Amino acid sequence: MSRLMDRTFWGLTIGLIALIVLNFLLEDWMRNIGLQSLSRGVVAIGLLILWRTGLVSFGHALFFGFGAYTVAMLQLAGINEIFVLVICGTLTAGILAYVLGLLLRQYRAIFFALLNLAFSMILYGVLAKLESLGSTDGIGIEQTTFLGFTADGESYQITLFIFAAVFAYIAAVGAHWYLKSTLGMMTMAVRENEIRVEYLGYSAERAIHVKYVISGLLAGTGGAIMALTIGHVDPDSMVYWPVSGDFVFITILSGTGNVSATFIGALVYELLRTYAFEYAPEIWQLILGGALLIIIMFLPDGLWSIRSEWRKRRALSGAGETQAAE
Amino acid sequence: MANVLKVRDLEKNFGGVVAAHNINVDIDDGETIGIIGANGAGKTTFVNMVTGYLPPSGGTIDFMGKSLLGLHPRDVTKLGLCRSFQVAQVFLSESVFDNMLMAYGIAERSGLGLFTPLETDERAARVDEQLRRYQIDGYRNMAASALPQGIRKLLDIAMATVRNPKLIMLDEPTSGISVEEKFGLMDIIMQALRDADTTVLFIEHDMEIVERYVSRVLAFYQGEIICDAPTAEAMRDEKVKEFVIGQEYHPAHAEGGADA
Repeated sequence: MSRLMDRTFWGLTIGLIALIVLNFLLEDWMRNIGLQSLSRGVVAIGLLILWRTGLVSFGHALFFGFGAYTVAMLQLAGINEIFVLVICGTLTAGILAYVLGLLLRQYRAIFFALLNLAFSMILYGVLAKLESLGSTDGIGIEQTTFLGFTADGESYQITLFIFAAVFAYIAAVGAHWYLKSTLGMMTMAVRENEIRVEYLGYSAERAIHVKYVISGLLAGTGGAIMALTIGHVDPDSMVYWPVSGDFVFITILSGTGNVSATFIGALVYELLRTYAFEYAPEIWQLILGGALLIIIMFLPDGLWSIRSEWRKRRALSGAGETQAAE
Repeated sequence: MANVLKVRDLEKNFGGVVAAHNINVDIDDGETIGIIGANGAGKTTFVNMVTGYLPPSGGTIDFMGKSLLGLHPRDVTKLGLCRSFQVAQVFLSESVFDNMLMAYGIAERSGLGLFTPLETDERAARVDEQLRRYQIDGYRNMAASALPQGIRKLLDIAMATVRNPKLIMLDEPTSGISVEEKFGLMDIIMQALRDADTTVLFIEHDMEIVERYVSRVLAFYQGEIICDAPTAEAMRDEKVKEFVIGQEYHPAHAEGGADA
């Protein structure tokens, strides 16, 4: 089991503890940014898994929104316990991903990316017309209970943050372990050579399907957390295509090196957007676009590559020194 | 000897083009067979049909008494019939070690077992053993994309044999390899396959290789088998001389070249 308890696992564990401690010191608006980053970070893990398989989805707002609206519908039905809401949001999105995956597993590249977009726009269209869920105005999300307990004011936000951090931690560790497994490592194999995978005895399509369901589950978790964070769900902020774009942005920003990177990427994205909007409300999109351009030009493997680049340099200089010593 | 592969009346048409016609082949346990023929004669089409990559238009294929019709390459692989490729099919951006690790992972795990970690000490040991068997352990940590052509071919075959197949089909194992390297490469491959008691069928253009390694030859011409005979006999066959070997091949001269 020691192979599972690696640096990433301990890094994530320390990160969780640090977040929970930090949570009590944060200002309300900072905590809100943290919650949104956790939520989007979880979704981006799913995109990272697809990305490593060589697939990009321009429509994961579909599962994100599905998770969020599941929370809204459960509350309408009178269910309001955070565990039930988040787990159901995760599962319904996963079931939807399984069904759509039956079709999507046959597609690659741009067709895969845009079919996802098409499905997300169908859900958007349905939700925008659905009176019982508030159509374009959306619907309010009530404060949830935590294992039967209720909280008010700031303590509600603090408690929600702890739960969100724990959910994100479980998702990240699970995804990290998955990526080290035979099936998880098959992301690489399917991206590199589907014919070889088939002739080794496994279906490349099935491997893609599994990854797609996992990405759907994660997007559902993220959506459920986001619904509880914002306290409101509507088609424009949960399912519309720019929401899918945010996730792709975060994935590019983070790089596919490590699951922890997606949370850093999500936080950087959130801060970038918040400050750009605050200090340059006229041109905030320009700033976001410029940031994306810089990342793609100078850090094509994302923020995580800063770390690996640094390690490589250190290793190189170390090798240079030993050579000099000889 | 027990029958391993039995092919009857195999047909394949691509529109109006006949890629395979009236193919009948029996392969026994332990044989080493060479498939020869000009480009477009239907050699690779035959291998593609037997391994489930192309559905035949007609006929039957039985492997160890089991019909392969309608099966996917992954199912055929699992039954113990594997193949290598004319252009090596490996995971180019990964190291030789990681390529082999993935091959063993897929071969050894199924269902929920696929969720267990890919790299274990025991599996890493098996990978290293296989790399030594194919004499590519010196390239262990090199990316597959950086490998010399011959080494990449060996990796391809090493990956195809992780399941210890009963029968392996090698599609032009020496294509793209320089003349000086061909025999060394084939020695490694055939030694490893003999040690594992694998029945071998390989496609080859080089008659020197055919004469040296195989006991029986299948000659393809325009989608049909024009000769199925022991190697020496096939080399003297008039039709084989006319349609496959051509005039430029002189066995005596070639023998001398191989010894040098």
